[in-house]
Amino acid sequence: MKISYAWLRDYLQLDIPADELAEKIERTAVEVDGVIRPSEGLKKVVVGHVLECVEHPDSDHLHICQVDVGEEEPIQIVCGAPNVAAGEMVIVALPNSWIGGHTKIKRSKMRGVVSNGMLCALDELGFDEKLVPKEVADGIFILPADATPGEPVFSYLGMDDEIIDMSVTPNRGDMLSMNGTAHELAAIYDQTPKMPTVALTEDANDLADDALTVTVEADEHDVPTYKMRLIKNVTIKPSPLWLQIRIWNAGMRPINNVVDATNYILMQYGQPLHAFDYDKLSAGHVNVRLAKAGEKLTTLDDEERDLLPTDLVICSDDQPICLAGTMGGLATEVTNETTTIALESAVFDAVRVRKTAHNHGLHSEASMRYERGIDHSATQTALDAAAAMIAELGDGTVATGTVAGREETIAPVVVDITLSRINHVLGTDLTMDTVADIFRRLDFPTTINEDTLTVTIPARRWDIHIPADLIEEVARLYGYDNLPSTLPTGQPTIGKLNETQQLIRDTRKLMESAGLTQAISYSLTTPAKAQAFELHASEVTKLDFPMSSERSALRLNLISGLLDDLAYNNARKEQDVALYETGRVFFSQPEQVRPHEVEHLAGAITGSMVPAEWGIAAQPIDFYQIKGIVAGYLKSLALADPITYVASADHPEMHPGRTADIYVGDRLVGFVGQVHPNTTKAYKIRETYVFELDLAALIALPKERQQYQPISKFPSITRDVAMLINDDITNAQVVDLITDKGGAHLRSVKLFDVYNGKHVPAGKKSLAYTLTYQDQNATLVDDDVTAAFDKVLKALTTEFDAEIR
Amino acid sequence: MSLQDRLTELRDQGLADIKSADVLNKVNQIKVDLLGKKGPITEVLRGMRDLTPEERPKVGAYANEIRDHLQNAIDHRRSELEEAAVNAQLAAEKLDVTLPGRTVPQGQPHVITQIITELEDLFIGMGYEIEDGDEVEEDYYNFERLNLPKDHPARDMQDTFYITKEVLLRTQTSADQPRALESHDFSKGPLKVLTPGRVYRRDTDDATHSHQFHQIEGLVVDKHITMADLKGTLTLVANTLFGDQFDVRLRPSYFPFTEPSVEADVTCFNCNGKGCAVCKQTGWIEVLGAGMVHPRVLEMSGIDPEVYGGFAFGLGPDRFAMLKYGVDDIRNFYLNDVRFLSQFYKKG
Repeated sequence: MKISYAWLRDYLQLDIPADELAEKIERTAVEVDGVIRPSEGLKKVVVGHVLECVEHPDSDHLHICQVDVGEEEPIQIVCGAPNVAAGEMVIVALPNSWIGGHTKIKRSKMRGVVSNGMLCALDELGFDEKLVPKEVADGIFILPADATPGEPVFSYLGMDDEIIDMSVTPNRGDMLSMNGTAHELAAIYDQTPKMPTVALTEDANDLADDALTVTVEADEHDVPTYKMRLIKNVTIKPSPLWLQIRIWNAGMRPINNVVDATNYILMQYGQPLHAFDYDKLSAGHVNVRLAKAGEKLTTLDDEERDLLPTDLVICSDDQPICLAGTMGGLATEVTNETTTIALESAVFDAVRVRKTAHNHGLHSEASMRYERGIDHSATQTALDAAAAMIAELGDGTVATGTVAGREETIAPVVVDITLSRINHVLGTDLTMDTVADIFRRLDFPTTINEDTLTVTIPARRWDIHIPADLIEEVARLYGYDNLPSTLPTGQPTIGKLNETQQLIRDTRKLMESAGLTQAISYSLTTPAKAQAFELHASEVTKLDFPMSSERSALRLNLISGLLDDLAYNNARKEQDVALYETGRVFFSQPEQVRPHEVEHLAGAITGSMVPAEWGIAAQPIDFYQIKGIVAGYLKSLALADPITYVASADHPEMHPGRTADIYVGDRLVGFVGQVHPNTTKAYKIRETYVFELDLAALIALPKERQQYQPISKFPSITRDVAMLINDDITNAQVVDLITDKGGAHLRSVKLFDVYNGKHVPAGKKSLAYTLTYQDQNATLVDDDVTAAFDKVLKALTTEFDAEIR
Repeated sequence: MSLQDRLTELRDQGLADIKSADVLNKVNQIKVDLLGKKGPITEVLRGMRDLTPEERPKVGAYANEIRDHLQNAIDHRRSELEEAAVNAQLAAEKLDVTLPGRTVPQGQPHVITQIITELEDLFIGMGYEIEDGDEVEEDYYNFERLNLPKDHPARDMQDTFYITKEVLLRTQTSADQPRALESHDFSKGPLKVLTPGRVYRRDTDDATHSHQFHQIEGLVVDKHITMADLKGTLTLVANTLFGDQFDVRLRPSYFPFTEPSVEADVTCFNCNGKGCAVCKQTGWIEVLGAGMVHPRVLEMSGIDPEVYGGFAFGLGPDRFAMLKYGVDDIRNFYLNDVRFLSQFYKKG
């Protein structure tokens, strides 16, 4: 809502700077987007009187004008506008002046003729093209004949005004009018606003009832009030300049006297009005009802619209002629030939108008106000004011009486509140006098009985109906700055992270100390990416109306998002990237309303975690490095059940020979491995290793009870074994066998070499392990260890056909 | 030559040899040669049996004196040579200590996580619990239970991703308020929760809009919670994130689930309130929305608004990070360019 400071001064005595007023409004009522000064940046733009205007000898459209700009001699200006003529008062941009768009005007020559400036149209002064009246859009603007040559032009165009651009919240629909804003400022500055009075003269010989009938078929909830007046013998013409100024400074385009009058009253009272060409109504009758399926209406913007059964429409001869509260129809539009106006002032249900505006994509000044509610007590006053104004501007007469299809009785809202409640909620110590004075300033009639205030809310403040609303009024007018600043007291509470939250935090720290940086990727992705790298099969959860297919499905894995991140980095020549992410994945549950949200952890690494440095070559990431990161992390969780890695070729997006499923006991908790070369190609990324873990499952799984183990006082003995063994026998198999056959004192089995290069026959590999023996209670005897070790060797030979070296 | 003279001669010769020995081996050899069982001093001592009983102790004492003298000289020379050897080794091992150290791979938390963690810790210290909340919510909880019935004009403020007619991606972490309210046992004390998390809006991504961003919701409900408590809490948040040299101002706003509703601004830290491009010449930066919990919201959760009341606030870590670090494009937070992520190397 754009509020003209000049217009406000009709109501209130305000002499503070506009910026200060704006700040006050912002701190007390609604947000202010800024203060607009239409003349800001413009210089040396003055009134000129065209004394002489002749055609340019070398041009078919230019004119050479001698213009009086209040100086001793007239100045010569060449002008191309078709409507320039001698005798006119015009807008002159003098040499070295600044006009709209930071443009400087200089003395110049046009086809050989000197031009000492420029005659201007409104848009050249910075007017938004949408606000320029159409009849003056194609030429220069002609000022009133009584303008004084040489004076700055701004005061003649309302450009010396300051306009406060308020961003009105949905609850403060009352401030979408000059009257409402004036009431608000009156409360803030403790003034009594000088509200406009309506002087309506009715033509006693002409009764509106005789020519017009109105019926309302729609129910009372949808249309509580519907009234009309008739204005006859109206001449349609442009509005006087003062009105045009008010209209364009309010951000609307002046159209003609009738439309401008309805818009002016709309701005003043916040009451939407609609003017019908009476002669186009059938039998002087209108009816308000819901539209029927299949009905059509061509609206003022020349669009034929298919009406919906939820649309409220005004009908004549049972044909829709207007979308109630939203936009009029083309067939009954006021044109230059119109002489009789049927003027509507009504109340339509907010939700109805909202749906209609939404469904037809028609958001107008009227619909915006109906959606936020209007002052139900102002329908008659606004109708009378508009009728009087149209009659005056169009030299017409107003028929006697209002034709009401329906009129509601307005019951006053009365709210009781206690002083102690106000202080209890605000944390203040206000006195009854202070609070009563705030309600007096708001002009809310109040009676006081001991601690209780009984407050009558005027209809113009329909946002107030419960005690909390009154507390807000007190708080904002008392001033939020004046509230004390404290912290909640009362029973103390223990604040801490729960186990899950703590574990997720620990997880992040562990990942970071392992060299991975946290990423936060998008949860919405393509259905294909959402379902890739799946750990557990699930339907994908899709959006109903996505904005793009790229963001249309909820992820079921975190790896896809991380690969997108890697691709972004690779495309920017960042080759070494190690990222992890913790976050939700969404498993669809056929029987459930909502998907199951599960916390996952994933990592993706490409390039080298330690890049090449002086003296050291880069160490490209490989399977065993990322597995080491995962294993180190899993160890920190102290899971009670054993962790196993099982080769898996079942993930289509993963390398079939370089991927391991990870089990805790017999529960699948994730996988680790190299991304399939086809997948990396599709993502346009380099060789990449990833892991994905079901973090929620890991958090929930039983943990080992931490318990101190005494450290043996007796020395340990080690034995090394190296063997040639078939390639398809895994490390896990060998270690299991050694552990199984190792005897009571075998403490650990550590792989220290894998070799399958030179001197190793094809189909074989060389593995080497260190076995450590220790007795908790005694010094081991060498012979006992040798006996145990020999058992292991024998088992390896017989079970795996190992050749011990 | 008397035995004394012989000993003196051996001493002088020995000292000269020791002094000239330049490696440890030579010193050791001198020791064996001079003081060993087959050495000249032993030999001299053996010749003592030819002496008179009066002379014997004198010569014996003198021989011992010389032996000690030589022994000391050898020890001294040995330590001199050992020290020189160590010094030579150290000199040879000298490094250029200004060469870079070896990199230990080290990741870091996302800047948004850093802000969330900082606030979580602040509020945990004040007795708040952290709630996680679901990202996919029912329309009922995200809107209706927050006093935003269908067709409420305030729904226009939040374009929503729907999955079905009744299920959506939460547009605000406030969606967790009704669930927190209805599950809390007030007989065990006040409700104090902080809900950080992802939220989603049907917005086209550009420098200032993201279809995915973060919010942190705070909610306190007890028998006597005041607007002054809200003001104090918000001031603390602003001071924690931006420093305590800045002012906080509250101004009226509108959220259907709070009444009164306010927005909080802090003094623009870029210009100290003078007015600049960051604050659009206002001197203030809007940082969060808040208010006193609307009685309807309490009622719908089965809580008597005559007895209980509270405050709620919501703030955006993305916006905070943009303001605090001058990040000019919100998309940076979700593209995960390592050159961006690595700039925020503080540990979370």
